Amino acid sequence: MLHSNLAEALAYPHGIDRYIELVRPLQVKGEMRAEVTGVHHQTAKSVTLTLAPSENWRGLRAGQFVGVSVVIDGVRETRPYSPAGSEHERNGTLELTVSTHPEGKVSRHLRDQAQPGMIVGLTAPQGQFVLPDPRPERVLLISGGSGITPVMAMLRTLCDEGYSGEIGFLNYARSPQLALYSGELAQLARRHHSLHVARGFTQGRAQGLKGRFGRKHLRAAGVDHRTAATYVCGPPTLIESVRALWAADGLKQPAVETFTAPVQRFETVAATGAVHFLASERTATNTGLPLLEQAEDAGLRPNHGCRMGICNTCATRKTEGTVRNIITGALSSACDEQIRLCVCVPVGDVALDL
Amino acid sequence: MPSAAPILTSDQLEAFGAELEAIRTRVIADLGERDADYINKVIRAQRGLEVAGRGLLMAGFLPPAWLAGTAALSVSKILDNMEIGHNVMHGQYDWLKDPRLDGNTFEWDTACPGDQWRHSHNYVHHTHTNIVGKDRDIGYGILRMSEQQPWRPYYLGNPIYATLLALLFQYGVAVHDLETDQMPTTEAGLQQRSEMALEVWRKVRAQTLKDYILFPLLSGPSFPFVLAGNATANLTRNLWAFTIIFCGHFPSGTVEFTEQEAENETRAQWYYRQILGSANLTGGELFHIMAGNLSHQIEHHLFPDLPAHRYAEISADVRDICERYGIPYNTGPLHKQFASVVGRICRLALPPLPPQLGRVARRAVRLAPAPLTRPLAGFVHKMVGLMKPSTPPRTETSRPQPPAVLTPGRELIAA
Repeated sequence: MLHSNLAEALAYPHGIDRYIELVRPLQVKGEMRAEVTGVHHQTAKSVTLTLAPSENWRGLRAGQFVGVSVVIDGVRETRPYSPAGSEHERNGTLELTVSTHPEGKVSRHLRDQAQPGMIVGLTAPQGQFVLPDPRPERVLLISGGSGITPVMAMLRTLCDEGYSGEIGFLNYARSPQLALYSGELAQLARRHHSLHVARGFTQGRAQGLKGRFGRKHLRAAGVDHRTAATYVCGPPTLIESVRALWAADGLKQPAVETFTAPVQRFETVAATGAVHFLASERTATNTGLPLLEQAEDAGLRPNHGCRMGICNTCATRKTEGTVRNIITGALSSACDEQIRLCVCVPVGDVALDL
Repeated sequence: MPSAAPILTSDQLEAFGAELEAIRTRVIADLGERDADYINKVIRAQRGLEVAGRGLLMAGFLPPAWLAGTAALSVSKILDNMEIGHNVMHGQYDWLKDPRLDGNTFEWDTACPGDQWRHSHNYVHHTHTNIVGKDRDIGYGILRMSEQQPWRPYYLGNPIYATLLALLFQYGVAVHDLETDQMPTTEAGLQQRSEMALEVWRKVRAQTLKDYILFPLLSGPSFPFVLAGNATANLTRNLWAFTIIFCGHFPSGTVEFTEQEAENETRAQWYYRQILGSANLTGGELFHIMAGNLSHQIEHHLFPDLPAHRYAEISADVRDICERYGIPYNTGPLHKQFASVVGRICRLALPPLPPQLGRVARRAVRLAPAPLTRPLAGFVHKMVGLMKPSTPPRTETSRPQPPAVLTPGRELIAA
């Protein structure tokens, strides 16, 4: 009834959601949202949230990520997180484990402010970092730091499915105090005999694998890496080491997922990098001119008006990269923000939805 | 840029521009939760008033319910169009990164499709403010609002056209971008115009369906009361929006420009033109909200993309800058500014008077609109009085007068 054509006609032009959300924010149709139902802190630098998504949430595959939106100081910020829960979670909840880092606005906000009842926005799940169907015979899951979440989702999914193949789970953390899911991994390893869990700590003298990723650690994971379907998620250094070893062995490269923190500071504003026009599938070398001119030079015809930052006609979504506003001099590197092409020059690589 | 405006050297002009830029930078650095809370609060109020108004109109056969419902719906439509729609569509809240408040996709509860408004208003009007022949807000293609528009006998109907425009303002705005007074010459131009006309038609149809068919039908026996209430609310919004908007650029003292004058402007010169071409309204906080803060038309034209509720805060600084550089800052109470707009509409209905006509004739022309403007001005004065001005309106004497050289057209009549 609330979402009928009649209701939409009566609520024109804003749409019925804009009225419903004032009373029941989870019952909107046009957006996916979730309510935080559980908050706990596994470590001092992380928070684990249980999310109950709205009815229009269609689930996701283990390993995929979702954009999670929160409002901080009035501004909606969206960051990608890979839920750590099983695909087969019975009540349809999502589990997010968010690790904080010093520059992480959203992660720190979630760690410090998240409480049951808080509403967050969700985007549709994305990513090809998923287990194939049917499941492979052997699975090797390698992760470092907060990269544990998508492979944790895969592991839990396989365990829920009664998977009988061998699973190697190799994980790195700075120290046992900062290691995530320690208790559950130990429990799963006891219950599932085909699961081998190996953990390395890169700092201190804790028990576990010594040093950084290498051949020895692979052996500890108990699965033949030459025949296992391998999934790697973690910092760039870990991914590079894994790739090098796989290349040395002449193996097909493993599936990889990485989330690198955006670069926060720029000292110089030299014209470097490239401008990617995603919708028109074109790339141009950054000339240091305002993006509107660069787009036109690349043969595109973006919508525009005043060409001086007044009318907002040329506002376009920037999906990646940093731009400098030539009027204010301000740098902006947020992902997924509207920028005015006529008064923004790229600083390094920039991707536009144009 | 008026070449005949030697009041500032180019160095002074650049310094003036830099001072305005500093205000902008300061406000942008300060944007945050307060602005988000403000616009969300206004939106909640608007949606609440709309639901309440439409609910009350269902019992519209009871006169108090009809009056309260119509009033609530009128205020809701005014807020929707002015403080929310107009301002959000300027991109004032894009930085919130909330797709619901995205300036490029927001749609409002009026006949004009948002996309066409973004072009005709955000680009054409705000970039070419008060340039005769480029800014279509000068007369909307049907009125003579500037001495620089050559007089034709057609303009004898100026007051009648203005009254009709005020009554049907939402439709006037809707066809604004179609440039009905200028036939396109190319096939592509015709094609584009017919597509735009189709968009307007779709929007008008959806608006009409909602206000004049669905809600009245839904109310059953209250059908005529709901229909009348919705029509009254739309009419009230039309009259109010027309009044506020025409006070933005047409009270006496505002300046129009020629295309040559605005050629190769620097940003500072552009700022200068925005101030000379705009006029403010004094009033209380509630009045400014109901005016969509277009009562701070000068600040809005300087910084069309800053959240409008900030204009009041920066107006003292803008005014101070204007005074220091000797630039007129045109402001006054609604009744006075609107009376002067009505005066202009009536005066410009007549052809410019040849100088050989005597002083008596010129005075007669100046006094001609008074019987028309006086009752209206009195009414508006009472309305504004109810809203309690938070700052006393400045007296006429303290307002710097525009340099005579800037208003060549007006000199013909006023001298």
